[in-house]
Amino acid sequence: MSPSRLIARALLLLAMVFPSCMKLSAQEYPYFVTYSQEMEEPGNLDLESFNVSGNPKGGNSFLGSSLEFEYGLKAWWTTEFYLDGQITQNESTIFTGFRWENRFRPLSREHWINPVLYIEFEDTSADKTLREVVGHDGNDDLLVPNWLAREDKKREIELKLILGSNVKGWNISENFIAEKNLAGDPWEFGYAVGISRPLRLLASAQECAFCLEKFRAGAEMYGGLGDTNGFGTRLTSQYLGPTVNWISPRGVTISFSPQFGLNRYSIPVLFRFGVSYEIEQVIDRFRRSAK
Amino acid sequence: MKSRRSNCVAVPLVLVSCLLAYASSNGAWLAAVPERDRTRTNPYANQPEAIAAGQRIFQEHCARCHGADAAGTKKRPSLRSSRVQREATDGDLHWLLANGNRAQGMPSWIKLGDPQIWQVISYVKSLH
Repeated sequence: MSPSRLIARALLLLAMVFPSCMKLSAQEYPYFVTYSQEMEEPGNLDLESFNVSGNPKGGNSFLGSSLEFEYGLKAWWTTEFYLDGQITQNESTIFTGFRWENRFRPLSREHWINPVLYIEFEDTSADKTLREVVGHDGNDDLLVPNWLAREDKKREIELKLILGSNVKGWNISENFIAEKNLAGDPWEFGYAVGISRPLRLLASAQECAFCLEKFRAGAEMYGGLGDTNGFGTRLTSQYLGPTVNWISPRGVTISFSPQFGLNRYSIPVLFRFGVSYEIEQVIDRFRRSAK
Repeated sequence: MKSRRSNCVAVPLVLVSCLLAYASSNGAWLAAVPERDRTRTNPYANQPEAIAAGQRIFQEHCARCHGADAAGTKKRPSLRSSRVQREATDGDLHWLLANGNRAQGMPSWIKLGDPQIWQVISYVKSLH
């Protein structure tokens, strides 16, 4: 087995089993593509596994997976590192690359709309995690066989303006995305919008696994906006779907969303599922265990 | 000559930063709370159910920094202090939880939503 295939298999296995070996808590929004204005709490490490499965028209079914390490450096600065991989039916299982992103919150207090600035560097090839849709991304991109897609290395810078509001228990988040391939392609644009609310706002006095406040439901919509040569929603894919998450008694958050392609450039249906787990004050834990 | 001049700028700057850091760690956030927030009342104050729910939320989200008994840790303040228990109103604490005090490492907890924030305040105030 080749080293990259070994890494990919280990990554996917780790992504599926890591929550079972730790204890913790998380309070997440059920978004897969949209970023909210929330930052990671300083000192906390959030481990997340995001997966997406789909069957592009005229192509093979795939499962894209990313393992994310999100750390709160400061209350206004969160950094994240991703390892991505994918499996395509009748083709191969491969490690597709990494991403490193940083989010900065410039305003210290809560406002009606809270901006967050986002910058990411990614080095990927044959990526099928679909963490964003930009430019003219669409169904046809996923028809290229892995052996060929791997030749196309993408080193990209991505900028996002994240806007988020919390109104009467609802979270409303909007992202504007600009992405530039460092090889010289034009700037590509995209958007994502998410809205969600806990099923109940008051917490129960008793510990319970399936109380309504443990569930958060909403909807997410995202898509491409073309590039500098042609801005707009034509010739690019668009998706919309309901989304829900559940915080388990041990603090693992499980999220699920079926997302539907809105035009002929989109993959008809995507199934997204994620597991996340937050370790509070992770450095302190290491210090204590070292003593 | 040049280094003496830069010292003249650097020393006051350091002193001012130290003073600001001390002031903000010493409850200066209280002075920043707008009047309309300070006078907000907790709809769940003194309700046993809310206190029990608030304790659960506190243990889940706050205990790691402020201690399981809310008596504070090396880095973070006690919530049993007279500032929290007597000087700060429920409205002040709601404002702090909603906005955070990011310079001091306290994040915003607005994502919990108003009802749960009030429940946590009910619990914290029950510790006096």
